[in-house]
This record gives sequence, C-alpha cells and structure tokens, in this order.
Amino acid sequence: MITATAPAKTEVNYLNCEHGLKSWLLTGDHKRIAVMYLIVVTVFFFMGGLYAAGIRLELATPAGDLFDSNTYNKVFTMHGVLMIFFFLIPSIPATLGNFLIPLMVGAKDLAFPKINLLSLYIYAVGACFTLWALISGGVDTGWTFYTPFSSSYSNGYVITVGLGIFINGFSSILTGLNFIVTIHRMRSPGLKWFRLPLFVWAHYATSIIMILGTPVIAVTLFLLVLERGLHIGFFDPAYGGDPVLFQHMFWFYSHPAVYIMILPSMGVISEVISTFSSKKPFGYTFIAFSSVAIAVFGFLVWGHHLFVASQSTYAGLVFSILSYIVAIPSAIKVFNWTATMYNGRVRLTTPMLYALGFIGLFTIGGLTGLFLASMGLDVHLTDTYFVVAHFHYVMVGGAILGYLAGIHFWWPKMFGVMYPETPSKISAWLVFLGFNLTFFPQFILGYMGMPRRYHIYPPEFQVFNVLSSAGASILGIGFLLPAIYLTWSLKYGKPAGPNPWGSTTLEWQTASPPPPTNFDVTPVITKEAYDYSHEEVLDIG
Amino acid sequence: MEPRSFQLFPDAASSIAGQVDSLYAFFVLVSAFFSLLIAFLVIFFAYKFRFRPGIIPAGNTDDGHSVGGMILEIVWSVIPLGLSMIMFAWGASIYFTESRPPADSMEIFITGKRWMWKVQHMEGAREINELHVPMNRNIKLTMTSEDVIHDFSIPAFRTKADVLPGKYTTEWFQPTKPGAYHIFCAEYCGTKHSGMVGTVYVLNQQDYQDWLARGSGEGSMAEQGQALFNQLGCGNCHPSLVNNYNGRAPNLAGIYNNKVTLKDGTATRADEAYIRESVLFPQAKIVAGYDDIMPTFSGLISEEGMLKLIEYVKSLSPQVNSAESAPSKPVTDAAAEQKAGRNPVNPAGKK
Repeated sequence: MITATAPAKTEVNYLNCEHGLKSWLLTGDHKRIAVMYLIVVTVFFFMGGLYAAGIRLELATPAGDLFDSNTYNKVFTMHGVLMIFFFLIPSIPATLGNFLIPLMVGAKDLAFPKINLLSLYIYAVGACFTLWALISGGVDTGWTFYTPFSSSYSNGYVITVGLGIFINGFSSILTGLNFIVTIHRMRSPGLKWFRLPLFVWAHYATSIIMILGTPVIAVTLFLLVLERGLHIGFFDPAYGGDPVLFQHMFWFYSHPAVYIMILPSMGVISEVISTFSSKKPFGYTFIAFSSVAIAVFGFLVWGHHLFVASQSTYAGLVFSILSYIVAIPSAIKVFNWTATMYNGRVRLTTPMLYALGFIGLFTIGGLTGLFLASMGLDVHLTDTYFVVAHFHYVMVGGAILGYLAGIHFWWPKMFGVMYPETPSKISAWLVFLGFNLTFFPQFILGYMGMPRRYHIYPPEFQVFNVLSSAGASILGIGFLLPAIYLTWSLKYGKPAGPNPWGSTTLEWQTASPPPPTNFDVTPVITKEAYDYSHEEVLDIG
Repeated sequence: MEPRSFQLFPDAASSIAGQVDSLYAFFVLVSAFFSLLIAFLVIFFAYKFRFRPGIIPAGNTDDGHSVGGMILEIVWSVIPLGLSMIMFAWGASIYFTESRPPADSMEIFITGKRWMWKVQHMEGAREINELHVPMNRNIKLTMTSEDVIHDFSIPAFRTKADVLPGKYTTEWFQPTKPGAYHIFCAEYCGTKHSGMVGTVYVLNQQDYQDWLARGSGEGSMAEQGQALFNQLGCGNCHPSLVNNYNGRAPNLAGIYNNKVTLKDGTATRADEAYIRESVLFPQAKIVAGYDDIMPTFSGLISEEGMLKLIEYVKSLSPQVNSAESAPSKPVTDAAAEQKAGRNPVNPAGKK
C-alpha cells in the first residue's frame, strides 16, 4: 500500500543506533521516550497493584485486623493516586501513542521531540513529589481530595501530593499538544483524515481533553494548596468558601479524565479487532466521530457526581440526560467492533483475546454507568461499592485490558521479538476470570449498601468481600505473567519480522524494531488504512 | 441489631424502597440483555468466522457505509437512545419524589461530627448514633455538619444525602417496616469514617410514644432555643412579641418562611439558611429600614444550638408551629397502622 520498501538489510534500529545511558536520557526519539515511559508506568502500575493487594487483604475480614484505620485510608488513597495519575492517564498515550502516532502518520518523529522529552521529565518530577509524600507518611484524603477535609482537617501530606499531580498535569498537556500538532501537520503525502487509523483518531480526541481539561485540575489543586497552606478561603466555609465548589471543579476535569483513560484503549481495540478479523473496521467513520463526540460531551456531564451533594434538582436533570447521551457513542463503538468480526477471518491471538475481553468488560462497565446516571438509582448507589465495581470495570476491564491488548499487539514492532504464545494466552484468561471474580461481587455489595472507603464493615458483607479478595489474587497472577514472559522475550524471543500479524496499517510496513527515523523513504499514501482486499492472511494464532 | 452472616439483597423498609427496587430490576434486565447479546455475538462470530486456511468468506465488502450498513448504524444508535431516555425519565421521577419532602413531614435534626451522628428531636429527646422513628410517618431530616462533608445513608430506605458544613440539607423517608437498620456515613470523612455508623430503629406508634415519653428532661427544642435566645441577649434588640416593638432590629414573630425585603430592594425568604446566615454573618443581608449594627455570633453558637434557635424562631410563627409539631396527630398514625395491618406490640429493635 505504500512505496516505502520494508525491512532494509541494515540492522540499525532505534534500540541499537546509539548506546549508553546518555543516549537514552537525552534522546529526542519518540520511540525511546515511549520505552522509558513504558518502564516507569509499569513500575507505578505494580506499586499501585501492591496497594490494591493491601486493600483486598484487609477487606477479607470485617474487622480491621491488618492495618489501623489511618493506614488503610492512606493505602486506598495511594492506590487511587498512583493508578489514576501516574499509570492510567499516561499509560497508552505516553507509551503506545508516543511510539505509534509518528509511525502511523508516516512521520520521522513527533512535531516537538524536545517537548516530548520534557514531558517525560515533568512526569518524573511530579512522580518524585508524590513518592516523597508517600515516604514522609502518606496522605489520607482519597484520590478525590474533597474539601474541607483535604484543606483543613487531613493530617497527611496533601500539599506535596497536590503539587505532584499539579506538575504531572503539565506532562499530560504537553503530550496532548504534541499529538494534535503532529496529527495536523506531519501526515505523509496522501494521508487524508479519513485514511488515518482509528488509533490516531482516538488519540486526537484524547489530546483535546488533555489540553482543555488538565488546566482545570491544575487550578483546582493549586487553590486547594493555597487554602491549606495560606488559609485563603475558597472551599472551607470556615474561611467563607464553598465545599461543593471544589467538587464541581474537580469533576469538571476528572470526569473527562475517565475518557483520557478509555479513549486510547478504544483506539487499540479498533486496530486489534480489524487486524485479527482481516477486515476494515465496520463503521469506520462512526467509530472515528464517536471518539470526538465522547471527548466533547464528556465535558458536560460532571454534575452526575453530585446528585446527593445538594446540587439543584434541575441541574441534576440536565446532567443526568447528558450522561445518557454520552453513553450512545460508546454503544455505537461496541456494536461496530462486534460487527467487524462478521464475515471476517478471526484469529484468536493473545491481543485478540484481550480485545474480546475488553468488549465484554467494557460493555458491563458502560451499562452499569447507566445505573449511576439515573438519579433515582444513584441516590441509593452512589458512594457504595457499586460505584467501585463500575469504575473498575471501565478502568481495569476497559483501559487496562486495552493497554495489555496494545502491548501484546505492538510488542513485536517495538522490540522486534515474539513472546511465547501459551503463557500469554493463559495470562489473558487469568486476567479476565480473576477480574470478574474480583469486581462482580462488588456490584452486589453496593446494592446491599456497603459504603466505599470502609476499613471495617458489618459481617453480612463478608462473603462477597472474600470472593473479591480471592479474585484479586488470580488477577494479580494474571498481571505478573506478562511482566515475566515479555521481559524473557527481549532476550529469547523469536525475531518477529516487520509484519507478524499481517496488518495493513503503516507502522507494520517498516522494520521491527523501526529504524531511528522510522521509514527509509517518506511513505506516500494512496489507500485507506485498512485495505484487506488483497492481503494474504498469515496462519497464526 | 442481630448480626447476620450472609445477605444477598438489602431490606426494603421505606415507602420509596419498592420503587427503587423496581427501577433497579428494569436496569438489570436491560443490562443483562445487552451484555448477553454482545457476549453471544462475539463468541458466535469468533467461532463461525474463525480463520481457516484457504477459505475466504464471501461478501466481505460491507464496511458499514453501504445503505444496509447505515440502517444498521441508525438502528443500534436509536434503540439504545430510546431505552436510555426511558431510564432517564423513570429515574428522574423517583428522584423528584425523593428530593421533595411532603408538607406533613415530621422534622428531625441531624448534626454530623467526626465521627458521630448527633440527633435532636423537636420534643427535646437527643440521641447519638441512633435514630428512633415512628412507622408510616413522613420524616424529614434537616442536617448539617460541624466539620467536613459527611453523608447520612440508610440503605434499607434507599436514601442518602450529603451533610455539609455551613449549610442545611434535607432528606426524607417514610419507614414502612419495624426493625433496626444500618446508618452509614457514605462520604469519606477521615480516619474513623467506617466507624461513623449507627442504627435507625423503626417503631410502631405506641412504642414510639413510649420512647418519646422517656424524654430528655430538657424541654422541647423550641424551649431550649428560647433559653439560648435569652442567654445570648438576642431579645435586647429583637422583640419577639408583636406588641413590643422597639425598632432597633426586626421583629421575629411570624417571620419564618415569609418574604423579607432587604436594604438593596431585593427580597428573600426567611428560611433556615437565611436565619442561620443572619446570626453568623449579620452583615450579609440587611433588612430594609435597619442599620448594620448586629454583631456576629459566629463561634458562640454550636450547630445544635443554631438548630434550637431556629426552632424557637419558627415557634413564633403560629401556623408553621402547629403544622410541624410532631406528636399531635396520633389518630392518623393509629389509623395508618391498622390499615397496614401492623402488630402494635412488635418489639422495637428486633427483626
């Protein structure tokens, strides 16, 4: 489909073109920056996972026997802060997006390579603040930092963590900016908007949220720091502030942030399902525009977090109906992915297993979101384990399964090696089953009324908590396996070749791993991204 | 409360619980249908169209942009949209019921403080982490917090509402089943958040009267409010009798829930929030015809004291007072109980 000739005999690629620590730390190559991001977000994922293990161990019994209440509160706070701000938000954009967007648009790099490196260092500085707070004694506000608890009552290191997230936000803004400029300005000749892969569309939508939403959380946390540090009244009624104002500002970013986490995953799923069905995604334009619609409407639904927070009934009505509207583009995506398999040639490889798992879990996550958008049900369900289960279905079942699908899909491209098939399929099944065992019981707990963030709980809730903790141990093994066999494959994996999956998108038309400048010749695009009419499908999986 | 080791579904003990459960059942059915449909299609397609070397399925051309494809796209956009509008409307109608306390509600006051619930009854009785309520009466909780945000949640009644510092919020329910049910603080409030729990006891009318009769020995809330009113010297400027008007500050008799014209020409309603603001931040809204001479009482009155003061001001408005004095309608309650077929000697606090 392109004029560039795939793998040149020269073995020079972005990994071996230069050596030494300095060649990594000062690189402008988007692929090297992506690999460094991959390493740090993986570290944060497993740290967040350790905290999750602590939560599930504690909740195996109704009494508070593992931690004291203060420690437990710090544990769930750090789980949320690390997972959301330091893993989920950067995960796919900063690793796969960074690596693939220039390759998919046929560019040598992102528009601003130095700003890309800067974003990594800003992330690192933000992470250092957060880790410093953690080592000093932690923070116990929950990742939501509700005032006036966080501004006037908490004894934790709120200011340090707040600044950590504040700083980290700039990394997100710069990444989004880089993506938008790259997608607008650096497409290869002939690469029209509707020839772009859906992964690029999803990242375009994500970038809009990153640059428009992130400044709001930065401002919000900055005001919180001012109130806590200098007693300037914004949120605490004791200083003349309004505590609910904080929630409005917090969710104005943090609800769209959910779409920062899920949209890139949706982009991955579109690519994986298309490749392993050997078929153009069904309803390409509907999937592409649904991403943009989610990004736009996502900004108008924050008030559904405040149905019991003294918000006016009529404001609640508007937020409720808009929340239903924003669900429709997600439904359209799910139906289109399913229809893509129809009349395809379906190969159940590891990335495909993860992608199909995503469809199932995201469907449940999305549908249970409808429960919470319904005002009459939300009054009973909000602040219970139903909410915890719902957002884990979206963020773990959705965002993380999409991330794992993407990592398994593009690993051969990133490192030029294949990972072993059997353990990877086992891990996909363990993650799917372990996840459901962990989080499905929490829906039942939620309807029974078990509140979130409870260290000690009434005994009638124990049975489902034990199931949940058991599931978490299976899920943990499912997450550890890829870390082992993927690392193993770096040394012992079979060479992948440029296009092991028989995909038609542009990144597979160059060598694996790609050369430092991605393509030997600037590709000229004459067709859309998914032209499977003449492709020979490889017999794998 | 008798501890139970296992439960699948919460008790339904309020008039709204059945409605919420029906709505929930509808949502579960819709969700189960779509989840199973998607799961079936994914598994079926993965098998039916599995890769087989040499076999290329026929008709592999529709990519969703043909006429048939467009019809499909419209169908699977419009059907979910229609269903979700039903979900929205049904949920909104229940929420409207939940957010509007009936006029004949009996009022109870809740103050949240890390980490306990303080309950104050109009008749004077006070409780901590316990709430005794009569069956088949509409009960309105007026709530505030002394520190951070809390949330007064009773899962068996399917209701909850945030309890905010510096503001009054309300929540109402009609208990329909005698028994003891959990009260949880549902908004994270710090170290002992999970210890900020209590029990609501639903009593039949006779048991409730007996419980009330034990009393507090401190008089009703309005009486305690009057004592506080005198103690703070409010009466030096605010005459509380219609015929004893000295002009330094507005007369409080009959003011509650009535329109007040302010200095800047605007009008406001003298509700709980207005009275509270006028005591703590007197300069915020000056009544037309008066000077800004009142000192702030911020820091001198506890949230519970404020509720008592407000009750006293309310008692100066006769029609409001009679509508809300709680135990004055035993006849209706007894009738309602008979209608519901309840056993009047059902022991309190046992299920």
